[in-house]
Amino acid sequence: MSSREKILAAILANQPASQPYLDEIKTPETAADVVEEFKIVLGTIGGTCCEVADLNELSVELNKKSSAGERIISTIPEVAIGGNDNWREQDPHLLENVEVAVIRGHFGISENSAVWVTEELLHQRVLPFICQHLAIVLDKKEIVPTMHHAYERIAQAEYGFGTFIAGPSKTADIEQSLVLGAHGPKSLTVYLVG
Amino acid sequence: MKVGLFVPCYVDQFYPNAAKASLELLEKLGVDVHYPLKQTCCGQPMANSGYEHLTKECNELFIDNFSGFDYIVSPSGSCTLHIKEHLHSDKNENSATGIRNIVYELTEFLTDVLKVDKLNSHFPHKVGLHQSCHGQRGLMLSQMTELNAPYFSKPEFLLKMVDGLELVDLDRQDECCGFGGTFCVAEEAVSVKMGQDRVQDHIRNGAEYITAGDMSCLMHMEGVLNRQKSGVKVLHIAEILNAG
Amino acid sequence: MAVFEGKKHPDLAQTFNADVERVDWHDETLWWVRKKRDRAAYNILDWELLRNTASAIKDDVLSNLHSYLQHFEAKAIKNGITVHWASDAAEHNQIVHSILTESKISLINKSKSMLTEECHLNEFLKKNGVNVIDTDLGERIVQLAEEPPSHIVLPCIHKKKEEIGELFHEHLGTPKGESNPQALAAVARTHLREVFLTRNAVITGVNFAIAETGEFVVCTNEGNADMGAHLADVHIACMGIEKILPKRKHLAVVLRLLARSATGQPITTYSSHFAKPRGGQHMHIVLVDNGRTRQLSRPDFRNSLKCIRCGACMNTCPVYRRSGGHSYHNAIAGPIGSILAPNLDMKEYSDLPFASTLCGSCSNVCPVKIDIHTQLYKWRQVIVKEGYSTKGKSAGMNVMNFTLSSPNVYNMAGKAGRWFLKNVPFAVNNPLNPWSKQRDMPAPPEQSFKEWYKRNRGK
Repeated sequence: MSSREKILAAILANQPASQPYLDEIKTPETAADVVEEFKIVLGTIGGTCCEVADLNELSVELNKKSSAGERIISTIPEVAIGGNDNWREQDPHLLENVEVAVIRGHFGISENSAVWVTEELLHQRVLPFICQHLAIVLDKKEIVPTMHHAYERIAQAEYGFGTFIAGPSKTADIEQSLVLGAHGPKSLTVYLVG
Repeated sequence: MKVGLFVPCYVDQFYPNAAKASLELLEKLGVDVHYPLKQTCCGQPMANSGYEHLTKECNELFIDNFSGFDYIVSPSGSCTLHIKEHLHSDKNENSATGIRNIVYELTEFLTDVLKVDKLNSHFPHKVGLHQSCHGQRGLMLSQMTELNAPYFSKPEFLLKMVDGLELVDLDRQDECCGFGGTFCVAEEAVSVKMGQDRVQDHIRNGAEYITAGDMSCLMHMEGVLNRQKSGVKVLHIAEILNAG
Repeated sequence: MAVFEGKKHPDLAQTFNADVERVDWHDETLWWVRKKRDRAAYNILDWELLRNTASAIKDDVLSNLHSYLQHFEAKAIKNGITVHWASDAAEHNQIVHSILTESKISLINKSKSMLTEECHLNEFLKKNGVNVIDTDLGERIVQLAEEPPSHIVLPCIHKKKEEIGELFHEHLGTPKGESNPQALAAVARTHLREVFLTRNAVITGVNFAIAETGEFVVCTNEGNADMGAHLADVHIACMGIEKILPKRKHLAVVLRLLARSATGQPITTYSSHFAKPRGGQHMHIVLVDNGRTRQLSRPDFRNSLKCIRCGACMNTCPVYRRSGGHSYHNAIAGPIGSILAPNLDMKEYSDLPFASTLCGSCSNVCPVKIDIHTQLYKWRQVIVKEGYSTKGKSAGMNVMNFTLSSPNVYNMAGKAGRWFLKNVPFAVNNPLNPWSKQRDMPAPPEQSFKEWYKRNRGK
C-alpha cells in the first residue's frame, strides 16, 4: 500500500462522525467610516497613508528619483517612469536593486489595512517583496470592512498567486523590538485616490 | 434548607478557622448546616496526578456522606469543581449525578442560591483578591480576562459588602499562583517562582491581606510570604465575610 | 532532542530559573504579548463567535478529512503542483531530499515550518550534504546558536540581544558588543537577501490549505517565505494533513484570528496564497501524517489537531513563561506541545502533561477552542495507566488513597495535621519535601476542624 493509501485509510477509519454545522459566517459589525479606519489601522502597523486627488505629484517625485539613478518600477500607467526596461520578462533576481515599486491593489480592508493584490497586478511575484520601498495605489471606493467581505469579493477568482499586504516587512524577533524592513520593503505607502 | 458542609481535607487539618467561618457564616444566614463527620477528601490529589482510577473509594465515601442534602457547600472552588466534573459511581450513578448537580462553592452559593445582598461584616483593611483558577475558570465565579465578555465577579461582589474593606487592584487580575496540587513539589522551581510573582503583585499594590476562595492557593502564597518574613497575611474569603 | 540530554521538564525548568533576571524578562515580555492579544480580541465585538465559528470549521475538517484531502490533492495537481504523501518524519525527509537530489540542489533556504522542526529535517539534510539556511530572523538566530526554536511564533524569545549580538559578531562579522536590534536586523537583512538571491530551492511551511481550490496560504511578517518562494526554481511546501480548510471563504475566519491571537496584530504583514507555480517553477506539496491519524483515533485528544499554531497558549501559560520553551524538549513547547507530544512518544514526553497547574488560561485564549487543560488532565490518566509513571509515585498514591478513602484511618492519621505534615497530598513520596526549600509549611493548629466540630457541635 502506498503512503497515500495508508494515510487515507487511517483517516477514514479514525475520523469522527460529521457534525452538522451552519456553513454561514455571520457578517460582523462594521466600521462606520471604512476609509478612516483603514488610515488609522495602517498607521498602527507601520504604514503611511496619503490621500491624493491624482498621482501627478507621485509621478513627478518618482521620475526625479529615477533621473537621480534610483531604480523605480511602476506597474500602473498613471505613474510612468522614463527608461523603464523589460523587467516583466526578466529573471526576477534582477529586481534586487529596485528602490521603489508602485503597484495597484484590488481592494483594501479597513479592519486590518491589508491590501489584496494578485499576480496580474504584479507581473513578477517577487516585486512587492524585493523592493526597498513599496507604494500601493488604491481606489478609496475599494475598501471593504472585514476579511469576510474581502473573501466575498475574491469569491472564486482564479489566480496563480495572490497576497494580502498589510504594512511594511517587519520583525520583532530580537527582544520583541520592532524593526521595519526585515527582508522586504522598509516602508509601505498607500495612495488613496478617488 | 438542609446543607451539607464539605470541608476539604487540608482545610480540616490546617485551616480549621476557614471551615469554622464558613459554618458560622452559613448559620448566620439562616441555613441548616450539617457537617458529615465521616468525610475525608474528594480524591482530587490522586486524580490530578493521573490516578483518577484510584478515587473510586473516595467517591463512594463522598456519596455516602453527602446523600440527602438539598445542597452541598464547600469553601473551595477546586474541590467543588473536582466533584462536579469527576464524581461517578459504579454502584449508584444516579446519586453521583444528583450530588454533582447540587454541589456549590461557598461564594456562588451565597450569591446564586441565597442571593445575599448584604452582610453584617466589618474588615477595615486593604485586601487583594486572588482569583483561584478552578473557581474562576472552572466554576466561572468571575469573568476571565482572556474572554471578550462582560465583567462580573461573585467573590468581589461579596467583598464589596464588607464594611471598611478596600480592594486593591492587581497588575495581573487572574494569574495562577502556581500551587497546582502535586505540581507544587514536582515542579518546585516554577511553582515557587509563580508564587513569589503572585505575592509580589499584591504587595506592590498595597494589600495587607490576600484572600481567595481556595485555601490551597493561600497556603502556597502564605508559604512564600512567611519565608520572606512578609507582614502580609492570608485569609480565606469566608473569614473576611464572617468578620466583625 | 540530543541537546536536552534526556532531562525532563522539572530539571530543565529549574535550570532556566537559576537566572532570575532572565525568567522575569521572559515572563514580562510574553505577558506583554498576551496583553496585546487581549486588546486585539477586545476590539472585535464578535470575538467569541469568531472562535466558535473557527472551532466548528475545524471540527468539520476532522470529520471530513478523508474527502477534503483528496479534493485538495486533485485541485492542486490540476493547478500544476506535485503532491507527495509521507506517513512519517523519515518519509517526509526522504521525499524532500529526493526532490532536491533530482534538481541537483544542495544549498537551500527555508522559511518557518514547525512541521520540519517536528521531523528534524535540517539535521537529516545536513547529514545528506544539503545546507539549509533558515530565513525567519528568529529561526536564523537559533540556527546560528545551534539550538531549536523555543517558541513557535517567537523562536528566539529566550535570547537576550547581547547574546544575539555575540552570535552575529561570531558568524556575520558585526562589531564586538553591537547589540542594537535595529543594527543587528539590518545586518541580517543584508545576509539573508544574499541567501534569497543565491539559493535555488526553498522550503516553506503551510498555514492553511484549501480543499475547494488547491491553494495554500503562508503567513509571515518578514516576507521571508515570499522572498524565498518567488526567487527559487523549486518550492517545496510541507504541511501536516490537518492544515486543510474546506473553502476559501473560511480563510476569513482563521486569518482574523491567527495574528490577533499570536501577537495582537490585526493580520500578518503578508498572507500569501499560492495556487500555481510561477512560470518555469516546480512547486511541491508534501502532506505529512507522522502520528496525526493516530491522534485522530483518540476521541479525547483528536481535537488537538485543530491547532492553527498561533502560540497564544504559550504566551498566556504561567508555567511556559517561567520555564522557557526548551524545558519542553519538543519541537512544539507550551500547553499545546504538551498535548501533542505524548502522541508522538508517550514515554519520552510523559512529563509534559504534568508541567501545568491546570489553570485553564490556555483553553480560554485558544482561537479554535481546543480544551487544552482538560486534555492535559486526561493525558495524565493515560500516562499513568500505560505505566509511564514512576513506581515511587504510584506507591505514594496508593498510600494516600488508603488514608483518604477510609474515615477511620484518616481520623487516626490526621489528628490536627500530624499525618498531614508527613504526607500532605502534594508532598507525597518526597523524602526531602521540596515544598520547604523555598516556602514555609503552615503551622499545624491545635485541633482540626473535625475535632473542634465534635467538641462544639458534638453529636
